Amino acid sequence: MGSPQITPQTAPEVFDQTYLDIRAWVLQVAASLDRIDRSEEADSVNVDRRRELIQQGVEILGQPGRNRAEQVQMIFSDPYLPGWNQPESGA
Amino acid sequence: MYFFDPHVHMISRVTDDYERMARMGCVGLSEPAFWAGFDRGSVDGFRDYFRQLTEFEPTRAGWSGIQHYTWLCINAKEAENVELSREVIAMIPEFLDRSGVLGIGEIGLNKNTPNECTIFREHVDLAMKTNEQILIHTPHLDDKYKGTRMIIDMLLEDDRVDPGRVLIDHVEEHTVGLAREEGFWCAMTLYPVTKCTPSRAADIIEMYGTDRIMVNSAGDWGPSNPTAVPDFIQELRRRGYPETRIKTIVYDNPLEFFSGSKNFQFTPPDTLLESRPVEVE
Repeated sequence: MGSPQITPQTAPEVFDQTYLDIRAWVLQVAASLDRIDRSEEADSVNVDRRRELIQQGVEILGQPGRNRAEQVQMIFSDPYLPGWNQPESGA
Repeated sequence: MYFFDPHVHMISRVTDDYERMARMGCVGLSEPAFWAGFDRGSVDGFRDYFRQLTEFEPTRAGWSGIQHYTWLCINAKEAENVELSREVIAMIPEFLDRSGVLGIGEIGLNKNTPNECTIFREHVDLAMKTNEQILIHTPHLDDKYKGTRMIIDMLLEDDRVDPGRVLIDHVEEHTVGLAREEGFWCAMTLYPVTKCTPSRAADIIEMYGTDRIMVNSAGDWGPSNPTAVPDFIQELRRRGYPETRIKTIVYDNPLEFFSGSKNFQFTPPDTLLESRPVEVE
């Protein structure tokens, strides 16, 4: 009962149900990037680290896979340092 | 469908929200102590806050037939004041035997600082010494992955901690696996923009299953929705999930976890109906 399962819907059913939402979200991203680029000082955004993160996220969307959401989350995550709590780490 | 919201800050909501939640099927909720939007200045400020959580909020929830429970702590946002945090931790036991107090929470990290870690460990120590369950807050946005791993590291440092008595909250796609691999309970927060949407929470259920997981609204004084759990229920219905599987997440799992708290006395709604006196003509 508690084990993972694939969605009870078929892929075409999921796509039919989400197509307009996905279309709207892609358009929203496109329009937001356009708005940045046509504003004054657009070049300064191009060197902003957050703009690079957005670019990396967009590129994840174009790749195949089943864990794109997790990959995008990791792009926007601070790095973790294993052993941070060990006495010799100095943390 | 009856549901239980395991994390909602009702002190910040109006009485009408209790009534709307009840009309949508909410029969119980738990309210962790959290940040008030400003740093409180004294231990007496927290004592009054804990009185409100354990005295007036259960009364107000009861007006709509909702059973109210709570968790006590000083929030990570205020942990930079280590001296005040220690005064609050020393005062918390005054309230631990009160009806409806489920344990220590929501403790955790906010910016992953050394002071936050110090106070987190001292909260955990209190919970272990008093045999209380723990509700964990994980950081938001960029800090979440690192903070969640640091929290788990600190919990695993202490061999007194039973992961089955700890709920790690605000998990998302990149942290849910971390919590579950170590045997902790976890919860997803349905919160506009900065946390999970009902759709993404449903996706996570599809990938990870229904064991040791629940959903909550974390409704508070910010932009939030105390009826987000019914939105999640509707999302799963729309996808064709059976009612029994949905009920596991929104009702059975919270009750199973909270049953580990000594002050959790819950009257199921069907029992409430059966216990009413029957008028015979």
